[in-house]
Amino acid sequence: MTSTPGSSVANKPVLEMRDISKTFGTIKALSNVSLIVHPGEVHALMGENGAGKSTLMKVLSGAYRADPGGEILIDGVPVITGDPLKAKSSGIAVIYQELSLAANLTVAQNIFLGNEIARFGFIDRAAMADRVQPLLDSLGVSFKSLTKVEQLSLGERQLVEIARALSTDARIIVMDEPTTSLTTRETEKLFGVIAALKAQGIAIIYISHRMEEVYQLADRVSVLRDSAYVGTLARENLSAKALVSMMVGRDISSFYKKAHRPPAAGRPIAMRVRDMSDGRRVHACSFDLYKGEVVGIAGLVGSGRTELARLIFGADKRISGTVELDGEAIAISSPREALNAGVAYLTEDRKALGLFLDMSISDNINMGVLGDDARYGAILDFDRAKRRATAAISNFAIRTHSADINTGSLSGGNQQKVLLARLIETNPRVVILDEPTRGVDVGAKSEIYRLIDDLAQRGIAILVISSELPEIIGIADRVLVMREGRIAGEIAATPDNPIHQEAIMHLSTQANSPEEVNA
Amino acid sequence: MTESTTTSTQSGPSRIRTSVAALGMLPVLVILAIAFQLINARFMTGANLSIVMQQSSINTVLAAGMTFVILTGGIDLSVGSILAVSAMVAVIISLIPDFGMLGVPAAVLVGLLFGLANGLLIAFIRLPPFIVTLGSLTAVRGVARLLGGDTTVFNPALPFEFIGNGKFLGVPWLVIIAVVVVLLSWLLLRRTVLGTWIYAVGGNAEAARLTGIKVPLVLVFVYSVSGMLAGLGGAMSAARLYAANGLQLGQSYELDAIAAVILGGTSFVGGVGSIWGTFIGALIIAVLSNGLILAGVSDIWQYIIKGLVIIAAVTLDRYRLQGGVRT
Repeated sequence: MTSTPGSSVANKPVLEMRDISKTFGTIKALSNVSLIVHPGEVHALMGENGAGKSTLMKVLSGAYRADPGGEILIDGVPVITGDPLKAKSSGIAVIYQELSLAANLTVAQNIFLGNEIARFGFIDRAAMADRVQPLLDSLGVSFKSLTKVEQLSLGERQLVEIARALSTDARIIVMDEPTTSLTTRETEKLFGVIAALKAQGIAIIYISHRMEEVYQLADRVSVLRDSAYVGTLARENLSAKALVSMMVGRDISSFYKKAHRPPAAGRPIAMRVRDMSDGRRVHACSFDLYKGEVVGIAGLVGSGRTELARLIFGADKRISGTVELDGEAIAISSPREALNAGVAYLTEDRKALGLFLDMSISDNINMGVLGDDARYGAILDFDRAKRRATAAISNFAIRTHSADINTGSLSGGNQQKVLLARLIETNPRVVILDEPTRGVDVGAKSEIYRLIDDLAQRGIAILVISSELPEIIGIADRVLVMREGRIAGEIAATPDNPIHQEAIMHLSTQANSPEEVNA
Repeated sequence: MTESTTTSTQSGPSRIRTSVAALGMLPVLVILAIAFQLINARFMTGANLSIVMQQSSINTVLAAGMTFVILTGGIDLSVGSILAVSAMVAVIISLIPDFGMLGVPAAVLVGLLFGLANGLLIAFIRLPPFIVTLGSLTAVRGVARLLGGDTTVFNPALPFEFIGNGKFLGVPWLVIIAVVVVLLSWLLLRRTVLGTWIYAVGGNAEAARLTGIKVPLVLVFVYSVSGMLAGLGGAMSAARLYAANGLQLGQSYELDAIAAVILGGTSFVGGVGSIWGTFIGALIIAVLSNGLILAGVSDIWQYIIKGLVIIAAVTLDRYRLQGGVRT
């Protein structure tokens, strides 16, 4: 029963998660997931967006309580789940993608945030700085403990987070996509730090979509899919093929409706986008969209998909780029102009950016056309609004007993259908749907797929952004894959040669090519 | 608090709660009236109620404008100062022979212009409403003092004095104006496209923008309305007093207007509320002042009691609305 930290993978595990399940209402976000991590190991955790990686890590960090039956053992001793402070004191530290630093405070203040060293009730800055400096030195950083965090690069901030984890004597550090916003040099630096942590016997759980990082770092890789544990591969058995098939191997049934026909040669172009850039997240994106076509935009979170959609819609400022509709150049500099031209956009965040939750379903459905419907251009036409709302509620199968109740009281799927209904009421020629099925249940999902198919059959051109590969493959005639703000490639489906998830994954996770490193 | 059941089926208690929610602060007003009647039987006389209505009229007009602003999630601290400057303009113009009646439209116009200035700064330069109107609270007060050379201007022969002291069919003109403002506000908020946009901007400004609503125009409109109604309030004040004083007139009126709106159940973050609520809120404030005077409560204690009642009423409101869907 003796354990010598940092010796070999064969020793006693530092962390065991057994049969972890997590249910939200009727949705099973995790089902019987187990994970074993040894000291001094880099354990990669992979899976599609929504596979359950983040939920599992939130259970580990105590942000969520696991369903009864599951347990977490640290050094073989069970710990209570659902208590962030307990998790922290038993040596677990999680570094989230969105860093949780206070930019206006110094490095030392951030590291001791909520844990300040005080003398007679006063903060002892000197003592904190003295404690922090050796930590920073051990990480080999160039900034000082009294530097303000706002002066640091994203990579340096990541190191501050790691220093904070070390200051609490963490033995298990979770890193959630740590390299997403790092430059190549910062990434190398981070990998050096990870190697040093490993040598100290600290276990790292490393969440990433990027294959080459996983090859470079991981001792073992565990894969989640559809909220369940699929398996673990040891370093010597790693291959892209094995990993991808573990991540995506799923049956795509007749769930997806595709009654519309993909465009044949000669079908007119509905929208032509050229050289769209915002100077930050989107670089020179160009593509065509044909009438009656459903085109998917795939890519990792942060690859610039939403940003591209918002640029086309005029929601954000572009530095270059043109949009042509039906062969005619259209100047779009605001959502108003986009809607007038016939381009509609469904936001990915329906609560924050889409719905008026305190207003009625009818108001929400009619909001985009109130001005056009009004009598004398100003007076509300209640009859017309009511007709539109009633028709939309039945067409979109929105489950409610009245059009007058608050939209906030509907379920996620029905809220999404209300938002879709508003969009369609504006009578668009081109529809851009950003994650149209995020957070909706399976029944609503299939209804939304049916709606998309209906729109395509009516000749409307549809652009669908989705992080769910089976969904994109199931509904799209063609897929554009984005990577780091550019369109990395295009894959078209043919009747006897459907799109493969592997091909999309390959395009979206490719290593940085040399010319992009300097961008 | 089972929210899912209240939305799916209209069970007994939830139906009661829905109707209570529709009544808003009306029960508070009724309870206050009964209490004051028990303390002093003079409260519920026609003469006294007329005084209450008259006393609430200027605040009702200001609070109607404030309702537009708060519905968009903003605030207008400058209405008291705008009222003062408009009243000064009204009296000064009234002194012009033969054109004295122009004092009223001039006051409304001056109010509109100051409100427009607030709105342009907030909508197009994107400054926070609190800061912009805090600035204009001070600056416009200065303008009001400047206009009269920092003295009180009088007009014993004020051509529009009937507004302040006259009656029409037995109803004071002040009350008629206040009620008309409330009715017009209701029509605008509930029967026009612009009204729906005001709620939408307050409910979710970014969603409103993505829906194609011209958010800056909506903001300019609400601050202009608030300024214009403050200008109307200035004319009403001048008509009542035959005089205006740039230093004293309208001091802290913005606070009573805000209190009326909040008492009326309008959400401070915007998007939820009604003009009827504001009307009742303004009446509650007037009833409190009047009733406390009749009850012989000293001036100092009136302040303390009024403040506490406002806090208590809003606390009640919080509990009342907890069953509703609010995220």
